[in-house]
Amino acid sequence: MKKVYQNAEEATHDITDNMTIILGGFGLCGLPENSIAALVNKGVKGLTCISNNAGVDDFGLGLLLKNHQIKKMIASYVGENAEFERQLLNGELDVELIPQGTLAERCRASAAGIPAFFTPAGFGTEVAIGKETREFDGKMYIMERRFHADFAIVKAWKGDTNGNLIYRAATRNFNLPMAGAGKITIAEVEELVPAGELDPDQIHTPGIFVKRIFQGAKYEKRIEKITVRKREI
Amino acid sequence: MLDKDGIAKRIAKELQDGFYVNLGIGIPTLVANYVPEGMNVTFQSENGMLGMGPFPYEGEQDADVINAGKQTVTMLPGGVYFDSATSFAMIRGEHVDLTVLGAMEVSEKGDIANWKIPGKMVKGMGGAMDLVASAKNIIVAMQHENKAGESKLLPQCTLPLTGIGCVKKIVTELAFLEVTEDGFKLLERAPGVSVDDIKKATLGKLIIEGEIPEMVI
Repeated sequence: MKKVYQNAEEATHDITDNMTIILGGFGLCGLPENSIAALVNKGVKGLTCISNNAGVDDFGLGLLLKNHQIKKMIASYVGENAEFERQLLNGELDVELIPQGTLAERCRASAAGIPAFFTPAGFGTEVAIGKETREFDGKMYIMERRFHADFAIVKAWKGDTNGNLIYRAATRNFNLPMAGAGKITIAEVEELVPAGELDPDQIHTPGIFVKRIFQGAKYEKRIEKITVRKREI
Repeated sequence: MLDKDGIAKRIAKELQDGFYVNLGIGIPTLVANYVPEGMNVTFQSENGMLGMGPFPYEGEQDADVINAGKQTVTMLPGGVYFDSATSFAMIRGEHVDLTVLGAMEVSEKGDIANWKIPGKMVKGMGGAMDLVASAKNIIVAMQHENKAGESKLLPQCTLPLTGIGCVKKIVTELAFLEVTEDGFKLLERAPGVSVDDIKKATLGKLIIEGEIPEMVI
């Protein structure tokens, strides 16, 4: 089966209106930016997006938000985005906020065939409303469910034609647990190499979780907050 | 009275050699600047770093190396990167020794609210709910009163909760307190602050036993 795609447009060709999509990245770090640009250009609407954050006003998922392409956002933290807040307070956007560790584990569970799990995060808060709770060893937990997403889109540093992925530095974040979390997982990489070139000992995501892979045309890799220190002279 | 760095300095005195520590955004981040000389403390950033170091030198920032506050940082020698599921396994699995975070309100039962103001602010809880539900030791760093001059140490939280019965200690510009079964136990006064000042600023039950020493920072 064909795994290598030419570009973002081709890899996302069958993403259509009202689908549920899981997207990797933390803030703007390790973001599948080529795929997001393709979805913006394509103009698909009514999307449910599952991602840790909602981008900033003019980058990342913020671009889809600005175009009103997102119907529902499932995330853990959505500060940094004024347009998001405006749409939410105006009732134009449906939002489900969930604890970050729960989000990561729900993605992992989705990829791993685990329908539900118990976590202490959110017990006693509004996150627990409507959810099954249970006591284990004297501590209270709430039951959280896996996702059922049409697509998962992740970004890696290097990938090979078998779909094996290596991430760089802190870009593992949600990309790793999200690989395999959708019916179809698309991986975009900065560098695509022939199978056999990556060291099997160094691969983070085995290619079995990845159905499509392409090399991104270009990466802006925007930084959300540049913080530096002065050199002591 | 303590300034923000003073609060961070007092919290830093609670660090122990070999601790793995998660610092929240704001005042908690400053704690990293006051690790006692010779002490080995490892900072965990929940987006996937253990061994997080200071900000990079100008021009050396790397888009792939950020902290949970999305600021560019550096990795120290011996550090490690990992994914978000592994990160929260460290947190929920109680492998992190100390969590320092900010709060909008803390109750005398140790409940904490720090993620939402209905109708005003909707940013999300990020990793805070996972952290407070599992941390062995949570210290809250915050101002004693909000901008309207109302106490943030309450009998009960009024804002949506982040977690229940989890806060162990609190450091404010006025005091160092411990959350006990009976309420907020005053441990230390900030320099130049009287017990009466602290009483006035605390709405929740305050326990004062004997002479309350002044903080040494």
